[in-house]
Amino acid sequence: MASLKDLRSRIASVKSTKKITSAMKMVAASKLRRAQDAAEAARPYAERMGTMLGRLASAVGSNEGAPKLLAGTGQDDVHLLVVFTADRGLCGGFNASIVKATRLKAKALRAEGKTVKLVCVGRKGADALKREFGDSIVARYTGVEGKKGINFSSATEVADKVLALYDEGEFDVCTVFYNKFVSAISQVPTGQQLIPFVGEEVDVQEEAAGSSAVYDYEPSEEAILADLLPRNVGVQIFGAMLESSASEHGARMSAMDNATRNAGDMIDRLSIQYNRSRQAQITNELIEIISGAEAL
Amino acid sequence: MTDTTVLELVSPSALLKSEPVEMVVVPGTDGNFGVLPKHSPMISTIRPGVIDIYAGGKVSERIFVAGGVAEVNPERCTILAEEAVPVADLKADEAQARLEAAQADLKAASTAHDKANAERSLDIARAQIAALTN
Repeated sequence: MASLKDLRSRIASVKSTKKITSAMKMVAASKLRRAQDAAEAARPYAERMGTMLGRLASAVGSNEGAPKLLAGTGQDDVHLLVVFTADRGLCGGFNASIVKATRLKAKALRAEGKTVKLVCVGRKGADALKREFGDSIVARYTGVEGKKGINFSSATEVADKVLALYDEGEFDVCTVFYNKFVSAISQVPTGQQLIPFVGEEVDVQEEAAGSSAVYDYEPSEEAILADLLPRNVGVQIFGAMLESSASEHGARMSAMDNATRNAGDMIDRLSIQYNRSRQAQITNELIEIISGAEAL
Repeated sequence: MTDTTVLELVSPSALLKSEPVEMVVVPGTDGNFGVLPKHSPMISTIRPGVIDIYAGGKVSERIFVAGGVAEVNPERCTILAEEAVPVADLKADEAQARLEAAQADLKAASTAHDKANAERSLDIARAQIAALTN
């Protein structure tokens, strides 16, 4: 049985852990709010880009001259997976779940005889995937989230790399994996195809009601599309980064909340144990004194 | 009330502006174009340059954009810009520094991709300086 001194130091250590976890929870909560605002602010751009591209893509269709980013390379052999994780741990199942989703997908692709290449954004993902897919990791990025949150330029950096790889014919299909933010306690690992472009279904009725008029394109459909598609890759990656960062802070907040609560429970349990053994010791001493006195 | 069209200026990180305006002049790739209410629908790419917003027959606001796309329809004019700054907030020395950095990049660029990037930022810097000088 643990001595009183052991128990005391144990309680002290759990108390200081609790302080740390509750501070981390507070920090995560405030970062979450900022990340959520940023994700919301970015939504209008992505939405308008999506509808504009959808309209253009249906106008150009699958013509011969359609850009490669829209039509694809005509092959399906090499898949590039872009994985968004956090740089840090202590955020519950956040990193593990996205890594698991990626691993499943990568294994399924390999089983079909396809080649898999990986781009890891965030240190944790790269570390976790290194052992199994070390040779397939073509690029890794860390520290995308600076002090002021996520910058569009870090998304452009990743997008440029992906586009450069595509231009060199290094892969045929690109999919991004990130945790979609649902709420502070729920994040869903999501895979989304980035290249070739998959248009959202344009609402035909709304389209007909809104402006049945045909759009003029300046300079031309193809030129605009060629300009927009690479931009869209950047925007999608930026969106994924924002979602992932909001999810990370949400996951960390709930993980730290749980940890704080558990630490509280543990302190209660240890205190009871401490009080009981202290009481037992006192009783013991009394019995010794009394029986000593009686023996006289 | 005079006729207005809704101008929406959106950057990747925020919806910068969404308000009714009388007229707006957009620097399209094939030349500037003015957008008045009930403009016929069109989509155009934008070169780096200045958006002029008109109120009461004269320019009320000038915003620099570093390229993007504009979608115009009879009710609204949506501009997706990668970078947008009011001209008043542009700094001559920063633009100059950007120009020099872009020129250095262009010299150092080895691949076609790097070269294209450097040329783009060179265009942006030149347009910034032009926006400041008039």
